[in-house]
Amino acid sequence: MAQAQLPLDTPLSLPEHPKAWKWYDYFTFNVDHKVIGIQYLVTAFIFYLIGGLMAVAMRTELATADSDFLDPNLYNAFLTNHGTIMIFLWVVPAAIGGFGNYLVPLMIGARDMAFPRLNALAFWLNPPAGALLLASFLFGGAQAGWTSYPPLSTITATTAQSMWILAIVLVGTSSILGSVNFIVTIWKMKVPSMRWNQLPLFCWAMLATSLLALVSTPVLAAGLILLLFDINFGTSFYKPDAGGNVVIYQHLFWFYSHPAVYLMILPIFGIMSEVIPVHARKPIFGYQAIAYSSLAICCVGLFVWVHHMFTSGTPPWMRMFFTISTLIVAVPTGVKIFSWVATLWGGKIRLNSAMLFAIGLLSMFVLGGLSGVTLGTAPVDIHVHDTYYVVAHFHYVLFGGSVFGLYAGIYHWFPKMTGRLLDERLGILHFVLTFIGTNLTFLPMHELGLKGMPRRVAMYDPQFEPVNLICTIGAFVLAFSIIPFLINIIWSWNRGKVAGDNPWGGLSLEWATSSPPPIENWEVLPVVTKGPYDYGIERRQESTDEDRDEEE
Amino acid sequence: MEQIPASIWTLTAGVVVTLISFWVGHHHGLLPEQASEQAPLVDNFFDIMLTIGTALFLVVQGAIILFVIRYRRRAGEEGDGLPVEGNLPLEAFWTAIPALIVIFLGIYSVDIFQRMGGLNPGDHAMHSRHAPKSGMAVVAQASSKTTSDAAALLAAAQTPEIGIGASPDVQGKAPDLVVDVMGMQYAWIFTYPDSGIVAGELHIPVGKDVQLNISARDVIHSFWVPQFRLKQDAIPGVPTELRFKATKVGTYPVVCAELCGGYHGAMRTQVIVHTPEDFERWRHQNQAIATAPVIPSLSDRHIQQMGITPQLVAQVEAMTHHHSPEKL
Ligand code: HEM
Ligand SMILES: [Cu+2]
Ligand SMILES: [Cu+2]
Repeated sequence: MAQAQLPLDTPLSLPEHPKAWKWYDYFTFNVDHKVIGIQYLVTAFIFYLIGGLMAVAMRTELATADSDFLDPNLYNAFLTNHGTIMIFLWVVPAAIGGFGNYLVPLMIGARDMAFPRLNALAFWLNPPAGALLLASFLFGGAQAGWTSYPPLSTITATTAQSMWILAIVLVGTSSILGSVNFIVTIWKMKVPSMRWNQLPLFCWAMLATSLLALVSTPVLAAGLILLLFDINFGTSFYKPDAGGNVVIYQHLFWFYSHPAVYLMILPIFGIMSEVIPVHARKPIFGYQAIAYSSLAICCVGLFVWVHHMFTSGTPPWMRMFFTISTLIVAVPTGVKIFSWVATLWGGKIRLNSAMLFAIGLLSMFVLGGLSGVTLGTAPVDIHVHDTYYVVAHFHYVLFGGSVFGLYAGIYHWFPKMTGRLLDERLGILHFVLTFIGTNLTFLPMHELGLKGMPRRVAMYDPQFEPVNLICTIGAFVLAFSIIPFLINIIWSWNRGKVAGDNPWGGLSLEWATSSPPPIENWEVLPVVTKGPYDYGIERRQESTDEDRDEEE
Repeated sequence: MEQIPASIWTLTAGVVVTLISFWVGHHHGLLPEQASEQAPLVDNFFDIMLTIGTALFLVVQGAIILFVIRYRRRAGEEGDGLPVEGNLPLEAFWTAIPALIVIFLGIYSVDIFQRMGGLNPGDHAMHSRHAPKSGMAVVAQASSKTTSDAAALLAAAQTPEIGIGASPDVQGKAPDLVVDVMGMQYAWIFTYPDSGIVAGELHIPVGKDVQLNISARDVIHSFWVPQFRLKQDAIPGVPTELRFKATKVGTYPVVCAELCGGYHGAMRTQVIVHTPEDFERWRHQNQAIATAPVIPSLSDRHIQQMGITPQLVAQVEAMTHHHSPEKL
């Protein structure tokens, strides 16, 4: 503690140090980053279940061509809130708020985040946002899609739409506060003995993510506030008959929301870079390439947003410029994929649940990335934009990518968070069901889109019925896949096998403290002597004590 | 594995992957039939990407499966794997190859887009139908209607500069047929300015250069004919266009692709591609009898649920008739 380089590394402002938190501490304005991390994860998971139920309702409606299960307006409300909840209340808060908060201070050897109170505030903006979304169903629910393009959003269920806007502004604010915190924490609070090239890749990913969120989120907030004014206060920023322009909204929206897809995947890439080396028992292949490619994705990712608007009011030069910039993003993304695959080569791969989800991600993300390239080119996108091909694409990257990554992270760090192991048999069952369900649900959607089925429809051309039925069956498999997971989590949290401090033989710092870590993380601040991925490596440098046994 | 050198295996795998990729690229059967001059261009490009994509997919998946099987930890096995931290030539290789591929695809897509006419919206050299109309006059005409109608008319009055325009072979020429397309919740209204016909279905002659001037009355819609591989949003206040030649006689769906409300999924109609003679016959019949616009593709139930009343249909008819030159 004495060698702390900055006043920022102050202990929490706790009058006395309790030994450990009680269960009810998790329901308070607690400032411990680990409590906040778990608060984020559990809250987000509850919203995942809610968003998932909406998805199952939609898929049930889509089992047949007619609109016979849900009222079409309710369908659109489910559609809108499913997308919104999955993005803003599940993937983003779970990946950034949950794993980010829990892991970053541990990984850099800090006692907490730089601004613990701000951190707690950022979390507590989320539950009211979720409550607003759910309450909006009393007013019909927002129905204009998670993109909420005007004029539809300014004339449909306007009270619910306003609540939706407020909810997004709340989570956006939370995300800005969180980002500032991560940047300062990583920049200033890593233990002095850790060199920048020993910073775990998850932290690099969080740094890139936070920078991106900081630049893009305010633009979304601005766009949405103008929309709120148009709906409620008689302004006409987006009203074509009063001099407004609806396309401006789309630019503001996508300037944020394309980067938002990286907010949903970069932290997951970070998780991948941690999980794979530990269980493959190999150094990560191409540390620098992975670290820099996050920064590259984040820079290029700011200049690709018009690929969502190829069929909208965009002039030809924009269509061409953004085709090319979009294709370029594929390169740093490919570098990451290849690096992870290469990390598997020559390893001693432990095929446990965490690793299976990581490998599952690897295999499905490839497909999502390849379909993304086709969507990035204007000529093909003109045909498949706003069709089920797009739905297939983004579920491969969001479900096959982000959600699989979150599961990998949960299986990997659950022992750290709770001190107990998850049951492997249930974990593998969960993986198998999820993998089959995901592909069954989303693979056939590529064909639907290419053949002519638009997205966001409650009723469709009967020729698409058989394929839709397959998708719906897949969705039910996915719904059931949650059950072994829930049982596993609840059972293991209480009576799972005791994990020990370092069940996986990990080298990054979070494994150097106890499981679960004590409040303030360390009895004595750790000293970094090895890189986080030095599996099988004996560095020759200083007189290192050879007898440090790094594996089981 | 011991006797046969690794290079042979690699070579064989390479050949197999290449063959499978080409086969998939040509026989995937994922696209509907081609009925416009743009369709083969798009499909050809898609096939190329699918071929490359299949190859990459197989290589990466193959590597994953191979490595997982080969390097899995066997029971009782201890210790770590090979401490390989990177390999500069290999990393350079897998950065450079995708970079080359995407540069190639980028340049190629500009070329395809140009051949589709995507670089020439607003190319209406001799086509002056819109010219005499001043925005003010239109607004005055429409003053009795809702302001949204005014916006739709205003949009129709401007020259579209967004969409797919003249393809290289018809650049600088006037189109053979112009149709005004207006999207409204939840139907498409097609107006033929030169004959005054208003219809709920699009009728066009095969092989003729057709221009659609697209506008929207209430919210954003998107005009999509999957068999033409063409889609363009209908945006309130922003005129857009699609210009194409249909290449095959037949009836194809017109689908709304942009969420426009609860019955967005029911916003479907048809485009009927006639032989030129049939088209003339259709035109004569419909010019003779004053046609009421029909919204035929919707089932009666949908029409009822959507609240499309006869008055609304009449109103739309009245409004769309303002487009026709005779009335200006
Ligand atoms: C049980 C698994 C899931 C199923 C069955 C499912 C199903 C669906 C369906 C049927 C739609 C409507 C598609 C459309 O017509 O455009 C949809 C939209 C969407 N889904 Fe999912 N989904 C699932 C999981 C997820 C996850 C995990 C995410 C994100 C992490 C996600 C993100 C979205 C988004 C962003 C939309 C677009 C909403 C919009 O168009 O406004 N989904 N999903
Ligand atoms: Cu994007
Ligand atoms: Cu629509």
